[in-house]
Amino acid sequence: MKITRRQLLILLPAAAAAWESVLAGTPETSPNYKMTDHWWGMLIDIPKCIGCGNCVRACQAENDVPDGFFRTWVERYHVTDWKLANPDVISPDGAKEGFPAATQDEGKYFFVPKLCNQCADSPCVQVCPVGATFVTPDGVVLVDATYCLGCAYCVQACPYGCRYIHPQKRVADKCTLCYHRITKGLTTACCEACPTGARQLVDLKNPKDPIHEFLKTHSVQVLKPQLATGAKVFYNELDGSVR
Amino acid sequence: MSPFKDAGHLFRLAAIFLAGVLAFVVIRSFIVPRSFGQYGHYRGNAIAEIAARPIRFAGHQTCETCHIDVLEKKKSGKHAQVNCEACHGALARHADDPSFDPGKPDTAVLCVRCHAASAAKPKGFPQVEAAEHSGGLACQTCHQPHNPVFNAGAAQ
Repeated sequence: MKITRRQLLILLPAAAAAWESVLAGTPETSPNYKMTDHWWGMLIDIPKCIGCGNCVRACQAENDVPDGFFRTWVERYHVTDWKLANPDVISPDGAKEGFPAATQDEGKYFFVPKLCNQCADSPCVQVCPVGATFVTPDGVVLVDATYCLGCAYCVQACPYGCRYIHPQKRVADKCTLCYHRITKGLTTACCEACPTGARQLVDLKNPKDPIHEFLKTHSVQVLKPQLATGAKVFYNELDGSVR
Repeated sequence: MSPFKDAGHLFRLAAIFLAGVLAFVVIRSFIVPRSFGQYGHYRGNAIAEIAARPIRFAGHQTCETCHIDVLEKKKSGKHAQVNCEACHGALARHADDPSFDPGKPDTAVLCVRCHAASAAKPKGFPQVEAAEHSGGLACQTCHQPHNPVFNAGAAQ
């Protein structure tokens, strides 16, 4: 077979591109799981939360979260009278052991579970200098621990305080929305362990997901909507005092 | 007269420049991971690596494939919507190897996590002052945890 110089010059880049894709390989994903078919989020039903801390313990058990750091935590708000801008907020050890009993009956109390909001336009992803954190095609914000430098820009950029630097690995760590579970058809560890159904994993691309009916019929908000982060953790009956 | 007369230094410069570009391209192709840029400005294989982590909570569907009797008990009671591992803890290990005995949770610690009285809890949620409610007795003396109506068969 004889190839002219012109043909060779045309073939070379094509061969290089083909070889590149061979080297890249196809990453192993769970069978039957197509990333483009999902768009994950979570629904948090505030009136159902009893502040037991089951989600915090479940998250630590599932994800080996180091002591004193939290991928999810629960805050207890106490708003008295008209002081909406100045609520009493406590979260002892992230509510890992629940909350001390409240005896004071005046004002209103409620619990607010928090976790990564899985923002579609996330500030943490925008500031990463090396492309170590990203939004997956199915809408989950993940950290590539082998690529992260531990510069902590993202920790500062997250408006919800959902990231930390892992004390042993020295890289950014955060809620993965239990990506290793939801891609296998399971729910997250926190949702699995929640006794009252206050937390529900939702798939916004699944037309059969009850979230669509829920969003239509309830007063639902996201945290800090003015920041336009595209947050996908929806709070039902969120009080105006929550920050 | 040739236009390239006395232009040798320009060719040398061009050659050095080209060599530099070539070195950059070659070194870059070695240090940038192959899957970088597959889905966006990140290493595409990282997604599959994170998805491959092992699970610790088996999920209630897994529990229910064997423990049908418990599912029957729960079904009609107040705890019907409470998943198994909410109380029993992460038990994928038991699901993988049924000979691993996780033991039973201690009701003295477990029940009050949810049911201890607190003004902060939603008003409709059943709450008790444990000490005066039971007088020190274990919860399962009167309440069967899987279907906690008073004295429903109790203790097992």
